[in-house]
Amino acid sequence: MKETPSLIVRYIARRAVPFIQLYALYVLGHGEDGPGGGFQGGVIFAASFVLLALAYGWGRGRASVPEKVADVIAPAGCLLYAGIGFVSLLIGGAFLQYDAFAGPGADQAARKTAHHFGLIGIELGVMLTVTASMVILFFEMARPAEDEAAEEGATFEQAGHIPEGPRAEESLDG
Amino acid sequence: MEVLILAVLVGLAIAAVRVRDLMAAVAILGAYSLMMALLWCQMNALDVGFTEASVGAGISTVLMLAALGRIGRREEGPSRAPLLRLPLLTMKARLRRAQQLSRQHHRASAWGAVLVCVLVGALLLYGTRDMPQVGDPDSPANRQARVAQYYLTKSRDEVGPANMVTSVLGDYRGYDTMGETVVIFTAALCVLMLLREAVGRGRRERDA
Repeated sequence: MKETPSLIVRYIARRAVPFIQLYALYVLGHGEDGPGGGFQGGVIFAASFVLLALAYGWGRGRASVPEKVADVIAPAGCLLYAGIGFVSLLIGGAFLQYDAFAGPGADQAARKTAHHFGLIGIELGVMLTVTASMVILFFEMARPAEDEAAEEGATFEQAGHIPEGPRAEESLDG
Repeated sequence: MEVLILAVLVGLAIAAVRVRDLMAAVAILGAYSLMMALLWCQMNALDVGFTEASVGAGISTVLMLAALGRIGRREEGPSRAPLLRLPLLTMKARLRRAQQLSRQHHRASAWGAVLVCVLVGALLLYGTRDMPQVGDPDSPANRQARVAQYYLTKSRDEVGPANMVTSVLGDYRGYDTMGETVVIFTAALCVLMLLREAVGRGRRERDA
């Protein structure tokens, strides 16, 4: 991930990003009629930023999703989901009862529309959280080593390394 | 078809354990996930297959590669014995080598690992005896609780989406999906606290 790939790789990666993101939104919106939904859409959306980081290096990828933005969007998605639940509770329905948004005494068609929008709302919440969480996971785990080494030698032992636990089962072979 | 996919899965799993180059092991695990996705699609579980392909073969492979950037690419230790010897002989040779090379607790942990593997495998095999056949009309979900029929007949009217999986996830089990979303968020939060906080602490200590 240190040396930047060739011009061709970088160009294609950059051109592919909007299509990947568009596809992610399609997966989100199409989740009601076919396979897909907020979770898969979120993962695909996050993958576009990962592609940028792989093609252009960690710094450029990070610049496309600043830390603060991802940090805010991840909880915002959870809040959107839970918020829809609590608002429906306040209106007078049950928790996450989407057709309560149509208001009391609404006819069948209005309840159906409200239900539809409620579902889309929570799927959007899922997508926001998943996208931002995956972006956070990737960029924190792939943070370049020299960045950390420059910070402090001790951080390497404290944080960077996975514990040696899984090695135990390897002793059979060697 | 399923037998073929399962055979490839077993081969990939063995290859992933045996290969020394961790980068190759991660790539093999990605292929493993892709085969799992094919298997789900073969069983008509398209949503699961989609998730497996995007998460298992996509993001988690990338995350493991990112982790490799931290821990290094090669696994330590001598290269393994060739695969094509008789399994029993290889096992004996390996155990003898393990005895020579490692201390007492290493051997104990090796036997412990074998024991745990055999035990868990036996338990799982025992558990599969209680599982209904795929699409069995007499399975408990169809017969006693009648949830399957309920979703099949009512979800279009009650919820709306043509994709019943979305109806179940978003509506009938909306509360669970909210918990799932929070779990994802918690994972990101933990990584943030562990990794970014450590960097910040180092920075503060250096500045002080």
